[in-house]
Amino acid sequence: MTKHGQYIAYTTIVRKEVTRVLRIWPQTLFPPVITQTLYFLIFGKFIGAQIRDIHGVSYMSFIIPGLVMMAVINNSFMNVVSSFFSSKFQRSIEELLVSSTSNKIIIAGYVTGGVVRGIIVGFLVFLVSIFFTRPQIHHLGIIFPFVFLTAVVFALGGLLNAIFAKKFDDISIFPTFILTPMIYLGGVFYSIDNLPPFWQMISKFNPVLYMVNGFRYGFHGFSDVNVLASFMILVVFAAVLTAVNLVLLARGTGLKT
Amino acid sequence: MNSISIQNLTKTYAGGTEALKGVNLEVASGDFCALLGANGAGKTTIIGILTGLVNKTSGSVRIFDYDIDQNHSKAKKVIGVVPQEMNFNIFERVEDIVVNQAGYFGIDRTTAFAEAEKNLKQLRLWDRRHEIARNLSGGMKRRLMIARALVNKPKLLILDEPTAGVDVELRHSMWEFLGELNGQGVTILLTTHYLEEVEQLCRQAAIIKDGQIIANDRVKNLVKLVAKETYIVHVDEIRSLEKIRGYNPVVIDENTFEVELSKEERLNEFIAYLSQLGMMVTDFRPKGNRIEKLFLNILNSKTEAGIGA
Repeated sequence: MTKHGQYIAYTTIVRKEVTRVLRIWPQTLFPPVITQTLYFLIFGKFIGAQIRDIHGVSYMSFIIPGLVMMAVINNSFMNVVSSFFSSKFQRSIEELLVSSTSNKIIIAGYVTGGVVRGIIVGFLVFLVSIFFTRPQIHHLGIIFPFVFLTAVVFALGGLLNAIFAKKFDDISIFPTFILTPMIYLGGVFYSIDNLPPFWQMISKFNPVLYMVNGFRYGFHGFSDVNVLASFMILVVFAAVLTAVNLVLLARGTGLKT
Repeated sequence: MNSISIQNLTKTYAGGTEALKGVNLEVASGDFCALLGANGAGKTTIIGILTGLVNKTSGSVRIFDYDIDQNHSKAKKVIGVVPQEMNFNIFERVEDIVVNQAGYFGIDRTTAFAEAEKNLKQLRLWDRRHEIARNLSGGMKRRLMIARALVNKPKLLILDEPTAGVDVELRHSMWEFLGELNGQGVTILLTTHYLEEVEQLCRQAAIIKDGQIIANDRVKNLVKLVAKETYIVHVDEIRSLEKIRGYNPVVIDENTFEVELSKEERLNEFIAYLSQLGMMVTDFRPKGNRIEKLFLNILNSKTEAGIGA
């Protein structure tokens, strides 16, 4: 297929994915905003009022980047895993497999769908945060690459999960047992400086820590970890996950018999 | 040029089931070929490999000279496929299903909409284009899959039991439609259990049994292999059956019996002979279709030698 043809195939997948997100907005956009609002209310407002400032910012301000990132991570992941697995389950994925669309375009299309949902939800959560505190923006040039790359990484993770999933249970195992603990232990609600050295060391094996802190740096200008290293970690994760997904699609893992 | 060239194709599934055991099959460009076989014989596996939904174990497959391993994108571009089971998102609108499929082939949206309109009108679905696919009847869903398969203007259309479970009227209109498509130069590979469909539409037929092609020839040649045909005869009253014992008569009821006539025998002469015996013929028809008889013969390995596989 020509490059223009591949572009048309890509936009077709993206249009279909974005239409799906917008069509079922009460499932895709509304619930995560409600959940994050409750976090703002309970952790930021009620409990946060009793917590001292962290690195000179209020606890409410401190958790905003983490909660936005949490929404981005969950939604970019869930969008791809549920959409791709549903296509597998209904066998409508065969529409793509019998076509001349390349595997690269299939990955790019689904990942873009996940990124779009992740960023829309993240932006809505950020808008809600304005009702609770005046947000600080330290460096937009840091915020955008971090939120984009994080959404890409977790959309790719969602695709990987969907490729291997054989039943609906399989698409909830990773988010429940791996992703959620990683997010909660990834410095969304606390600075790892407050942890004992052993737990600080353990936390540094959690990639979400780097994403949250890099993003937080863009808002507040401080981070528990090196921002450049965080960025590089994201790039490496994105590259590795893309390569793994490409190999799996080429082999037909989970798609072809 | 052949539209399909399959050589030594094998497929062993992960569980160890050998679905294909060295299949060789060639379908000429513009031909209308039937792939016949009992359930589980390997028909859908062949179609899966041709369309990129099943990984082959060994062998080579070429679609219009494009090797599916080396040139899979070009090979897929010329194929349209209508699967056995519904495989579209039932929550999408009819028109979107067709237009999106065009997009996956790199066709721009203006052309895709025009092509979708043409195909949906041809298949009498245009009025339902804004409905979600879930609301369509079974026959409409099948027609939708045909409209979708044609959106990239394929040179090779593969249909896996397209008329399974559809009513007689729709089946006949589908036959007409497929005949017209073939007349326009589209090669068609069809699997079906309706053997009259094969005799009506196809010029070539391949019969697959246990993962191997056991017969492959022009339909007219295959039909010639049926030495005798069974007819059902209705008469006013059955008399003197012993005088037609050579035709292996089997009585069905007091007015009806079956006889076997060889291809050389003239039907008029046989009916005249029955009149001479005092039996007035009120109805006379073939019991089943000839391909069906041949198919059963071959599957039961009773066929004569010499069928080219």
